[in-house]
Amino acid sequence: MVSEILRHIIRFIVLVAVQGLILKNVEPLPGLNPFLYVLFLLLLPVELPGWLGLLIAFVTGWCVDMFYGTPGMHTATCTFIGFLRPAVLRFIAPRDGYEFGNQPTMQDMGRTWFFTYTITLVFAHHFVLFFLEMFSFREFFYTLLRIIMSTAASVLLITVTQFLFYRTKSGTT
Amino acid sequence: MRNLIVFLARNYFFLMFLLLEVVAVFILVRSNPYQRAEAVNSTSEVAGKIYAVRNDLTGYFNLRDQNRILSEEIARLRNLQGSAWLNTANKEIAVNDTLYRQRYSFIDAEVIDNTVTRRNNYIVLARGKNQGVREGMGVMGPNGIVGIVRSVSPNFCTVMSLLHKDSRISASLKKDGTFAQLLWDGGDYRNATLKEIPTHVKLVKGDTLVTSGLGNAFPKGVFVGVISSFEKKAGEKTYTAQVLLGTDFRKLQHVSVVNNLLKEELEQLQNSIPDDDGK
Repeated sequence: MVSEILRHIIRFIVLVAVQGLILKNVEPLPGLNPFLYVLFLLLLPVELPGWLGLLIAFVTGWCVDMFYGTPGMHTATCTFIGFLRPAVLRFIAPRDGYEFGNQPTMQDMGRTWFFTYTITLVFAHHFVLFFLEMFSFREFFYTLLRIIMSTAASVLLITVTQFLFYRTKSGTT
Repeated sequence: MRNLIVFLARNYFFLMFLLLEVVAVFILVRSNPYQRAEAVNSTSEVAGKIYAVRNDLTGYFNLRDQNRILSEEIARLRNLQGSAWLNTANKEIAVNDTLYRQRYSFIDAEVIDNTVTRRNNYIVLARGKNQGVREGMGVMGPNGIVGIVRSVSPNFCTVMSLLHKDSRISASLKKDGTFAQLLWDGGDYRNATLKEIPTHVKLVKGDTLVTSGLGNAFPKGVFVGVISSFEKKAGEKTYTAQVLLGTDFRKLQHVSVVNNLLKEELEQLQNSIPDDDGK
């Protein structure tokens, strides 16, 4: 249990640092920004209480904002993800519910479930984030294009990261 | 109270989300200049639309008052307008120089009435005796000569335009100084006639014509016009030339009145010449 918490904390530090120090400066196409740190929120335990998820998301956003120098922007976005995550988990739950100790990973839950989960939340995250950045619905379609492109990039990154670090972890695959 | 607690307990997740989200957005708007500007913009746009609708509705009720206020304002502004006033400021400049004696000074004047279509045309200027204008002074515009002052009142003067039956201006060719009389035969206000040019002068179309300085009204060398055509009529010994005048009399607005400071002295001298015929 303690090692589980520790693993989450290390993941938090690594992902936020990678986001804030490396990915912040990566813009492969103009207007395209991948956000890998969402993976930390995605990988929180399924049975995590809602209020704790909200608080963790709030703090995560706050930390990323410190790197980006945009107080409130990622905080608001992550809080929204913290709010949305339990609902999404409920919505795409397997017929007989989650088994205890299930992690929301491709290895534990299967490819279809994982992509549904990831794409939904990453898209929601990017949607809120980019529109908070614009703070208006002018250039709506340009912003939407940015959101879709960035979502694709982020999902790709997240999937690759999953393969890199979780391939043999559970030993059940 | 109990119900409230139950409500809070049941919806704590959503309420907590709302609270955190509001905090985050508050921080966002407060500490990012761009988002703040956007937020202020959109709020003021909404407020502005509401105000516009309200103004559309209430605007009709005080139209009568507004009309009265506007017409009063218009009358007040008309009184302030330059055209309601007569500018009597004198901008004549005198120069004291011991080596050169100033011979001419110029009084700026505004044209307030002008005709070009009659046979005898007059121009009225908003300058008169009080500003130093005297009869017989020359008047020149920015592009050439205009006429001679005929009569003077305290604040106005009448100028006999170049476009007048009795107008006689002594003009000379710039290239060799040959002088001849410029007069106006009527018709086109852009063209005047130069008479009695001796035939030994090699006239060329486009020759420049300037004032000769004879006759005390104008300084020497003021632009008059250019020769547009010339001919030698049968039975005459001199050329008659058509001159395209430099001054466009239809566009005349500001002119200068030429004050010949030495005119009296010169006239006295000229009068003292014994009249040969009168002997």
